[in-house]
This record gives sequence, structure tokens and C-alpha cells, in this order.
Amino acid sequence: MAQGLEVSAVSVALGGYVVLDRVDLSVQPGEAVALLGPSGAGKSTLLRVIAGLEAPDSGRVTWEGADLADIPAHRRRFGLVFQDAMLFPHRDVGANVAYGLEREAMGARERARAVDELLSLVGLAGFADRRVETLSGGQAQRVALARALAPGPRLILLDEPFGALDRELRERLSIEVRDLLRSRGTPSIHVTHDPDEAHLVADRVLRMVEGPSGSRLVDEA
Amino acid sequence: MQPPPGWWFAVVPLAFLAIFFFWPVATVLARSLSPRGFDVLVSAATWRVVAFTTGQAAASTALTLLVGLPAAYVLHRLHFRGRRLMLSLLTVPFVLPTVVVGAAFRSLLPAAWIGTVTAIVLAHVFFNLAVVIRVVGGLWTHLDDRYEQAARTLGAGPITLLRTVTWPLLRPAVVAAAALVFLFTFTSFGVVLVLGGPTSTTLEVEIYRRTVQLFDLGGAAALCLVQIVGVLAVLAVSGRLQRRLTVRQRLSRSDVALRPTRSSLDRSLVGFVSVLTVVVVLPLAALVRDSIRVGDHWGVDWWHALTVTGPTTRDVAAWDSVRVSLTYALAAVAIAVIVGGAASCAIAYSRRGSGALDIGLMLPLGTSAVTIGFGLLITFAVAPVDLRSSWIIVPIGQALVAVPLVVRTVLPVLRAIDPRFREVTSTLGASPMTTWRTIDLPVLARSLGIGAGFAAAVSLGEFGATSFLARTDAPTLPVLIGRLLTRPGQANYGQAAALSVLLVIVTIAAVLVTERLRRAGSEGL
Repeated sequence: MAQGLEVSAVSVALGGYVVLDRVDLSVQPGEAVALLGPSGAGKSTLLRVIAGLEAPDSGRVTWEGADLADIPAHRRRFGLVFQDAMLFPHRDVGANVAYGLEREAMGARERARAVDELLSLVGLAGFADRRVETLSGGQAQRVALARALAPGPRLILLDEPFGALDRELRERLSIEVRDLLRSRGTPSIHVTHDPDEAHLVADRVLRMVEGPSGSRLVDEA
Repeated sequence: MQPPPGWWFAVVPLAFLAIFFFWPVATVLARSLSPRGFDVLVSAATWRVVAFTTGQAAASTALTLLVGLPAAYVLHRLHFRGRRLMLSLLTVPFVLPTVVVGAAFRSLLPAAWIGTVTAIVLAHVFFNLAVVIRVVGGLWTHLDDRYEQAARTLGAGPITLLRTVTWPLLRPAVVAAAALVFLFTFTSFGVVLVLGGPTSTTLEVEIYRRTVQLFDLGGAAALCLVQIVGVLAVLAVSGRLQRRLTVRQRLSRSDVALRPTRSSLDRSLVGFVSVLTVVVVLPLAALVRDSIRVGDHWGVDWWHALTVTGPTTRDVAAWDSVRVSLTYALAAVAIAVIVGGAASCAIAYSRRGSGALDIGLMLPLGTSAVTIGFGLLITFAVAPVDLRSSWIIVPIGQALVAVPLVVRTVLPVLRAIDPRFREVTSTLGASPMTTWRTIDLPVLARSLGIGAGFAAAVSLGEFGATSFLARTDAPTLPVLIGRLLTRPGQANYGQAAALSVLLVIVTIAAVLVTERLRRAGSEGL
């Protein structure tokens, strides 16, 4: 039986333009894959297709051999971290992290403990009561990661998660995230336009190349 | 990730609009196409009223612009002491119920002026000044002054600058403000009813007179038709003009820094606006004076008289109308919040047809309140659905006017929700329903609270539609004020003044609470 994520021949056209042209991609259990490429090449679109936020015009996305076409985003258990953390401004840090746990049968105390654990995992122990607008850019991204990890996703999608941060912080966070995901055995797809970052975080680096009819993926040597 | 389907939310607002707006308007149109309606349409008297209505609206608009444009400049571009206070005071008249504006000018102006076009135009300028100051000033604060700096370095003097840069950039806002003022004054009812006379009467007042005094429903319907055509014409012309004049420009995102007042021209303009502020306060001061002036001495007799069912008010103790007003306001707010909230969701979530619903809901705002009241009256005062004996028709009429305001408050907030929040929640396992409950609903609740405040202010002051619909034994505050003002004698007048002061306080309180709520909730998704 097939393992992990399998994207086969996925094409997407947006507003009349072909963005993705028969893209293939597979992610093995526990593997970290980086997608490199210039902005506008369709990296984010590919992540959105995998997450179920966008339907491909053709092609298939499967998980352990099962087609995901009819599985809506909220049932796929794929976590997503955006470039700007997109923390809910009407919830504090703890309540942001707890969001994905609220649909699981657990008591309030148990949930609070889980939130505290996740926050210390991303180096923000004791931040649960903070308002989100008091966080720095790096802290907000850590919270976004903790929030994505909370419901125990089968796969984490990171869309230029540290793109807005300065280089030094970006490298440090990249290593932290890599080690964290590795220790949990969660596979990941990490979109970036920085080759150094890509090689730092990933077991395998793929490059998105813009062709005459949409972007394709090629293995980075 | 998709929010819940829009059509699901559209059911309630569509039904509301169809039953309480389109049906009555259709009834009015059908009624106007009668032989009686035709007689009225072609009579010279009708066209004299049309000419007066248009003429006073044009004069009011021109004078409001003349006074309002310098004020917009001074209050939004110059730095001087007392600027904020003046801005607030000059905005107050716009939230006042129109019948109160009429009462205040009855207090202020010499008796000989009442019933003349002068009184009507002055009251209209007073009432609409805020529209010009806010609409034009709103754009003026964001005009990037680097355009003007560039022109100055290219050799433009102050007059050339104004003519070649500032005016063309500002023109769309001026046209928009002028169109609004013209519409408000063209459909003005309360002010004209109180301050007008036999020869100074507008379409609105004439519709009311024919309905209530002459029972000439066919004639009134014909005048409604003229009114509707007039409003549509104004909207069409101003819409075209605005589209043609709109310039794509780079607006500065924050307010442009206020300039210190240095030149002698600027100083005299500030002086002008200071005087204007005092002038605007005068009618209200006169109203307060008349509410405590008894014969040749001061006293609270009129305030005391409000509590008794006496020979002066004849039918009801004035305090009872406070209760009536508050009850109706509560019902109108509930209706407006439910219908407006559902409509906002429908418009925000649906991909197709949302534009039509949006425009449909705005129509009652463009239709005059008198037409709405008249339409509801002749539609629902007959079997099988005689709602006239039921009080609920009054809040329904008020809600029709308030729903567009609720939608305008809620919709932008709902649309501003970053769609990625809904994407995040779905990747965290939230179903579309849960996403709506945890993301949209908190935002919706807060802005609905603000919309409710606006709806309350509208309902409390609504006069046009309510005049037609309120039962004689249960008048709202504005209706009772209007009734007292038409009766002779100082006692009636003093009580009307006292009631007006009371209504001003209630309305301003509602607006202030809403404004506070709006500021507190300004951080959104």
C-alpha cells in the first residue's frame, strides 16, 4: 500500500492562467520536503490544493493510497502555517493554540495542560494569557506552529512561515522547527524562496520551475 | 474554504423586503394610475409644489456647500485650539430628529419668518452641514499633500493650486455630498411640516396633507410617483457625475498632518467656523429656553405638564409617549438587527446575486419615509391583513429605514475578515458551521451591536413613516411633538419644546453609546 502523501498530475488554472501543470510530488512518512521557487510560481497554490482549500482542475491527491478529493479541508488533518501567522485577534495566545483541541473530547483542565505543553515545546511557556498583538513576529509564528500542531496533524504545511523575519531569526527558527517535527515524526512540506533555508530544513529539496504552460516540479540536484 | 451558503441567509431579508417594501410601493404605483391620480398629475397646483420642492432643495444644497466647504477645510486641514470641539458640535444637528430641528427653528426665528422659504432653507443648512463637513472632510484629510507640494514646486500659486489640484481631486466627494444633501432636502418632511406654510409646501408634506386631511389617496399616490421619479433622477445624475469625475489617486493611509494656522486667510476662515459653531448651537439653546419660559418668568411648568393627561395634550400624558417610543424602538431594533444581520451574511457569502440584494436593501433609504409610510398604510389598512390596528406596523416601517444602516455597518466588517482565518480553522478541523460560529459570529455580534445603536437612533427620531402609521392614542415622541406644534397657545408650544429637549437628550445618548461601542470594537479580524 502506498504510504504518506501522493500528489499526481495536479493541474490548476486560476483566472484563465495555468498555475500548476501536471505536478507530481510524494512525501514519505516522517519526511521533510522543501519547495523552492520564485514568488508567483504556484508554491502556495500547491499547498492549498494539498490542504483541501483549493480544488485541482485535474489530477489526484492521495493519503496512504486513499483519494482525498471528497474529503473537505477540516477532515484532512493537515496543518497549515501561513507567512503572517494569522492568529485570531479575538482570542489570546492560549485560546489560539486551543482552537483545534476544542472539538476533541477533553476537559478544560486537560486542554489547558495540552496548550501549556505545546507552548513550552515552541519555547513560549507561560505565554497563554498574552494578547496576540503583544507578540513579536517570531513569537507569533511560534504560536501559529503550536496551534497547527495541537490537533495532531498527519502532515504539516508551512507556507513561507518565516519569510517576514530577519535572516538570523529565520535560520534559528528553521532549525528549531525541523528538530521539533523530526522528533514528533510529523512529515512536512516547507515552502520558501530561500535556498539556504530549504537545505537547512528539508531531507529533500524540490524546485518549482515556471514553464510555458504553468509551473512544474523538478528535483533539486 | 467556503463560508455557509449565502442563499440560506437571504430568505428572511428577501421576504421582509418583498412584503413590506415592494408590495406597498407597487400598491402606491397602482393607486397612482387611477383617473384621480391622473387629474392630480396634470394639475398646475401639483407642478407648483414640484417647483417649490426642487427650488428649496437646490437653494438649501447650494448654501450648505457654500458654508460647509470652508468648514470642511478648516476642520480637517488646519491645527488650532478647539478644533475637535467644533467638529463635534457641528456634527450634532445631523443626528437630531427632523421635527426637533423644525421646533428649534420655530424657537429661534422671528414669527414673521415662519412659513417662509427662508426658514426652511436655514433649517436645512443647519441639519445638513455635517454631511458636507464629514463627506468632503473625510476625503480632504486623506489627500496626499505631496500632490500640492509637487504643484507648488512647479510654480502654482495658492489660487492655481486650488483650481488645478485640490478641486479636481476633491470634486467626487463634493458631488457625493451635494447629491446627499439634495436628496435629504428634496424629501424633507419634518422640517417643512413645522416651518412651511400654505405656499411653502413640498411633495412630502402635500402627500401627508392629502392622506390625513383630505383623504385623497389617489392624489397622494400620484405625488408619491412624482417623488419616486425625482429621487431616481437625482441618483442617476449624481451617480453618472461621480463616475465621470472620479480620479484614481494615491491617498495617504493615515490622516494628513494638520497644518498650523498661519496665513491671514486661514485665520479668518478659522474665525468664520468659530462663528458658525456658535450659530449652530443657537437653535438648540432657544429650544431649551422655550421649554423653561412660562409667560414672562422662568419655570418648569411645561415639564410638569408632560406628566398629566390634561386638556393641553388632550389625548395622552406626554410621558406615555416616551414609553411608546422606547417600546417601538426596541421592536424596530430587533427587526432591523435580524433582517440586517441576515442580509449582511447573505451579501458577504454569496457569489452571485449579492449585488441585487444589496441594492434592493438600499432602496428604502432612497425612497422617502413618507412614501414608505403611505405605502404601508394603504397596503395593510385593508382586509385581509389589517395591520393598522396592530402597533407592530410602526416598528416595521422604522426598521425598513434602519436596515440599510445596519447592513452598511455590518457588511464591511464581515467582508474585511481575512479569508485565511477561515482556512486556518478548517485545517484545524473546524467544520464550516464551527468556523462561522468561532470566526464570523464574534465579529458579527459586535458590529450588530453598533448597528442596533444606529437603528435605535433612527427609530426614536423617525417622523415621516411614523406620522402615517402611529395610532392616535399611542403617538411616539416625534409624532406628539409634531401634533403639539400644530396647536395654538404657549402651553402646547412649551410642552413641545420640553419634549424636544427630552428627545434630543435620548437621541444623543443613543448615538454616544454607539460611538463608544464602535471605538472600543475597532480592532477586528
